[in-house]
Amino acid sequence: MIAESGHYALVLAFGLALIQSTVPILGARWRDVALMNVARSTAVAQLLFVAASFAALVTLHVSSDFSVINVFENSHSMKPLIYKITGVWGNHEGSMLLWVSILALFGGLVAMFGNNLPISLRAHLLAVQAWIASAFYLFILTTSNPFLRIANPPIEGQDLNPVLQDIGLAVHPPMLYLGYVGFSISFSFAIAALIEGRIDAAWARWVRPWTLVAWIFLTLGIAMGSYWAYYELGWGGWWFWDPVENASLMPWLAGTALLHSLVVMEKRNALKVWTILLSILAFSLSLLGTFLVRSGVLTSVHAFANDPRRGVFILLILCVFIGGSLALYVFRASSLKQGGLFAPISREGALVLNNLLLTTACATVFVGTLYPLALEVMTGEKISVGAPFFNLTFGPLFVPLLIAVPFGPLLAWKRGDLLAAAQRLIAAGIVALIVVALVYAWTHGGSTLAPLAIGLGLFVIVGAMIDIAERIGLFRIPFGNAIRRAQGLPRSAWGTMFAHAGVGIALIGIVCETTWNSENIRTMKPGEVTSVAGYSLKLDSLTPRQGPNYREMAAKFSVLVDGQPIAVMTPSKRNFTTRGATTTEAALLSRGASQLYISLGDIGADSSVTVRIYHKPLVLLIWFGPVLMAFGGMLSLSDRRLRVGAPKPAKSVRGLQAAE
Amino acid sequence: MTRKQRRLTIIGGSLAVLAVAAALVLNAMRDSIVFFSTPKMVAEKHIPPGQRFRLGGLVQTGSLVHGDNLKVTFEVSDGSAALPVSYQGILPDLFREGQGIVAEGALDASGVFKADTVLAKHDETYMPKDVADALKKQGLWKEEYGAKSGNAARAAQGGQGAVR
Repeated sequence: MIAESGHYALVLAFGLALIQSTVPILGARWRDVALMNVARSTAVAQLLFVAASFAALVTLHVSSDFSVINVFENSHSMKPLIYKITGVWGNHEGSMLLWVSILALFGGLVAMFGNNLPISLRAHLLAVQAWIASAFYLFILTTSNPFLRIANPPIEGQDLNPVLQDIGLAVHPPMLYLGYVGFSISFSFAIAALIEGRIDAAWARWVRPWTLVAWIFLTLGIAMGSYWAYYELGWGGWWFWDPVENASLMPWLAGTALLHSLVVMEKRNALKVWTILLSILAFSLSLLGTFLVRSGVLTSVHAFANDPRRGVFILLILCVFIGGSLALYVFRASSLKQGGLFAPISREGALVLNNLLLTTACATVFVGTLYPLALEVMTGEKISVGAPFFNLTFGPLFVPLLIAVPFGPLLAWKRGDLLAAAQRLIAAGIVALIVVALVYAWTHGGSTLAPLAIGLGLFVIVGAMIDIAERIGLFRIPFGNAIRRAQGLPRSAWGTMFAHAGVGIALIGIVCETTWNSENIRTMKPGEVTSVAGYSLKLDSLTPRQGPNYREMAAKFSVLVDGQPIAVMTPSKRNFTTRGATTTEAALLSRGASQLYISLGDIGADSSVTVRIYHKPLVLLIWFGPVLMAFGGMLSLSDRRLRVGAPKPAKSVRGLQAAE
Repeated sequence: MTRKQRRLTIIGGSLAVLAVAAALVLNAMRDSIVFFSTPKMVAEKHIPPGQRFRLGGLVQTGSLVHGDNLKVTFEVSDGSAALPVSYQGILPDLFREGQGIVAEGALDASGVFKADTVLAKHDETYMPKDVADALKKQGLWKEEYGAKSGNAARAAQGGQGAVR
């Protein structure tokens, strides 16, 4: 009964989406306010029905109703409750349902809180949103229905893939989807603006908070996924340049560029045409990511849809939306009015440079991800493009970007003074150089690249702080006054600082982990001691344990520093009986921002075990950086200007500028 | 500067960055792309020693030998040809004889494939897509593989185990 209601609710949501895609457009054409307002009520109703449908699937999973194929294939009655819930989106059908639920959530939020939008813009926006939704409802209903029943219900389910039975599954996919799908709002805004043929600074102000929300979640989602891979896959890697990871990185790069170009548009009414293009690109790349992950075209760890119909359907959605929006862009972009003027050396110029480097970096990731697919389709030759490719392309493009980051905020709008900005950054440069020299001396002249990269990271961090120090006049005016000024600074200024500093911090973590990571792989028996990076590790015992739906062999290690025990680590090897699959549960010990990492290999009959022990210096900075970036994003989001919104129709905005 | 000059500056800058990026991509394409081969293709193509490539196939039953210091040797076969592989390190969780794997490395002078990475899926019935396609192409595909891998590929999300 619940499955049928869930299915029915989904069909109703599809119906509502069809209404929402057409009626408001007609309303806008006929200037009929009532028809345009249909968009709002249908968006909210659609959200309710999708939520009901999603709740139905969750209920089915929680109550272990194995008469539903989706539950049977991905659940087990002995599975802990949390994994019964997260298992809902740990499979193709469920994760597509989560996708449309989040799409409806964003649509519903715009409908409920978009009171300050002009009514026709809102109507168009929600209609475009509904086009996307309709396409994906149709996809789910025809190819990926999660509510299908089995004729002869089995007693027990097949259990969820053990690798997914982890708290990471509870957090990573929803966050990633909030990011991916969140860009649909910027996309719909862009298409609505193109349809209306009108775009101005107020538009940028409306789009920015939505883009920021999506970007924050995408940042956290990617970081979370990376940490999950790090501790769950058991070999200490945190980024593999896997096509699926690239699929989430590309929208992030385009989204980051979009955030920056929106600032230019909001403040200076320039870069309009470019911003529209970026909005379209960011969501197109999200769709491409969905296609890559969901269609199964990849030889990848994430591709679990192996039904060709699904691939073709998503490819069709992809072509229609990307092709359609780009065609609309080509037709209408020229009719948009030119924006403000600026010199190449200026805040705008710096942001253009940022956009240029980010989109180019994104393009190299795009080539590296799709080239193997294209080559295979055309010549049948199979190649793999791995880390070396991306290190040689993505890396060199990010270096100038990072050097430029501290300069941007110090340049004035319209016409900036590069020399003055450089003078202000001298302190950061000196700090960076001293640290480069120290690190180089300390590591006895090992790699030269690593100290330089750390210096670059510090330059970015200190540079971000200098911007704030300059704004509040620190060291120039009495300290108390500076503090008062600091309190008066807009939160978005602090947000910029944290986000930029986060980039530097992540860079330092990445460099330290990759350069000075030490590992020790060997076979050990209970009682034996081994050491890595100054830590002694004694294997105390190997004990079998019984979990709710698995059995495991846990190894107990005592960690000693200078003969003093400091901690106990228990990595384990789990055997999931239902699937006959084994997983490696690594044990992690954080010491400051560094980590000790132990994972187990084969356990021999003579109770010897192969172990892999890593010491990863400053590895936690890799994820602390993105968290700081997201925190900066949240600060910006809470900025008064965005919250109160001040979005006024274009006229008054122009009036304000004239008065300046 | 006039509007035109400013625009030209920006366009010129963009083209310069794009040119640099294109050069980087082409350069990286030349040096860092790894091709995929099966043992039969290796025998036909005469890949020179030292050139990195990915080798895919099934681990030959009865060929796995464990040595000291985590050294292992085994043979990878595609039904018509087999290639000896040596590797030092921990093998993936579900590496076993008869299972499809992908190894990355290069041939040494004596014709042994020295792997520095061995990839296998976590699910024991899963066959890597590269291997399955290659077997199909060479007419060595058996339907029972498909029945197994179809079921398991669905479950293989997040399940890549590999060793460096």
